[in-house]
Amino acid sequence: MITAERKPLDEILKLVGDQKKVLVAGCDTCVAICLTGGEKEAEILASELRILAEKDGRAVEVEHTAAIRQCEWEYLDMIAGKVAAADLVLSMACGIGIQSMAEKFAPKIVVPAVNTNMLGMPQEHAVWLERCGACGECVIGETAGICPVVRCSKSLMNGPCGGSHDGKCEVTTPEKEDLDCAWALIWDRLKAQGREEMMFVNRPPKNWSKSSSGGPRKMVREEAKPV
Amino acid sequence: MTATEYKAGSNLEKVLSSGRFAVTGECGPPKGADVTVIEEKAKILKGYVDAVNITDNQTAVVRVCSMASGYTAQQNGLEAIMQMTCRDRNRLAMQADILGAATLGLKNILCLTGDHMSFGNHPEAKGVHDLDSLNLIKMYKDMRDEKKFQCGEEMTVAPPLYIGCAENPFADPFELRALRLKKKIEAGADFVQTQCIFNVPKFKLWMEEVRALGLHKEIKILAGITPLKGVGGARYMQKFVPGIDVPQDIVDRMAACEKGAPSQAEGKKIAVEMIKEFTEIEGVAGVHIMAIEWEIAVPEIVEAAGLMPRPAVA
Repeated sequence: MITAERKPLDEILKLVGDQKKVLVAGCDTCVAICLTGGEKEAEILASELRILAEKDGRAVEVEHTAAIRQCEWEYLDMIAGKVAAADLVLSMACGIGIQSMAEKFAPKIVVPAVNTNMLGMPQEHAVWLERCGACGECVIGETAGICPVVRCSKSLMNGPCGGSHDGKCEVTTPEKEDLDCAWALIWDRLKAQGREEMMFVNRPPKNWSKSSSGGPRKMVREEAKPV
Repeated sequence: MTATEYKAGSNLEKVLSSGRFAVTGECGPPKGADVTVIEEKAKILKGYVDAVNITDNQTAVVRVCSMASGYTAQQNGLEAIMQMTCRDRNRLAMQADILGAATLGLKNILCLTGDHMSFGNHPEAKGVHDLDSLNLIKMYKDMRDEKKFQCGEEMTVAPPLYIGCAENPFADPFELRALRLKKKIEAGADFVQTQCIFNVPKFKLWMEEVRALGLHKEIKILAGITPLKGVGGARYMQKFVPGIDVPQDIVDRMAACEKGAPSQAEGKKIAVEMIKEFTEIEGVAGVHIMAIEWEIAVPEIVEAAGLMPRPAVA
């Protein structure tokens, strides 16, 4: 799933500026599951903004709403009325949803209330771990189902660097103190699978043109297009 | 061996090919546009080492680039081993730089992944990591031997290169460490310099694995040495530097000495003892002395280890 974290309130206030009618728009899919930008979080943010405005003596109207998915045109139709009534939309969706809103309702000002950060999985309640870099050329069939592109701090394709220690990555910060070395995980699983020889393949340079390095990507499924 | 049989014909390649025990040093370029630092370090090391590593933004801290500093070292009579990390350049830059280095007469290259940006002074930088160090070795080998760019296109003049890599016998998983060297040999590495060694028994264990795989016959192995200046540095490396294994007995030896000259003398003594021990290990072709900001200690260590005079090879 796509995960996001709410921006600091100061930054949100700067983005809102002196607009008088603000709509906080949540999205009830990925960002709701990661407890950042669903309808409930939109309601909370709207309340915070109202309380602050009252405290500072500013006349600001703050409404909230949520779309089932901000990244799909048809769900945006359902909130079009509220958007039309606002001067500015504070979107709590991921970067895709925010841009869909901005495009659908252009030239309405749509600003982000969250930072989209990764394609992650919930490891345990309230903990998400990055699992995919959407690199466009999946290699995990060769690496025991563990992605070295995003789970190795240096995106190494040919085994652990000299900073792997006791199964941990050298890149440790207070937030990343339990960061596993992806290649230690890969090696352990290859051994468990009896496929050790896969560690000794010299993998060639990766084709990054399939990732965002190749420019913005577009996917077309001709067979799925309406006739 | 005739000149035409050398891959690059560098002094380092000639010394190692001749079977003589090689000595390499290391110089970190300065944090400013100052040519005198490398000039001064080169004066200290000249004649005591066969070539000197010029680090490439080591520990992810910006410094004068390794190509310019390597050129300065060579202008001052000291052959350079230009370090190149995958952290700061993509494959276009790494190929352009090696062609440029070759036009400046640099022949030895050390291919590294590079310390992560989070360790350095620009932790907000985007890490490139287009290639890994193994890909880099192979790309340079193909440029040298096949006269081809990584894309497969032919180039006009191939760069003569003596290609090095690094390996850390003290990193985990230990069982992969000799096998990883094998991968680097297959990619095209001619020589390897190890992470600095303090845990000699573990290094010997690694060498046993290396010999069991026959790797010492396919690559020139230079054992890494870092002379300790004091107990503080030993303790710091023991606790905080990833991938360095400093056994307690080394720390204790340093702790038993007074600060300043006595502990510096002990640090040099440990280095000399280690070098002497390494000369006895089958498959060790030389030592790589990384006297970090302590280049002045190198001549004395090389002298005391009985490695002078350095061979003059034609």
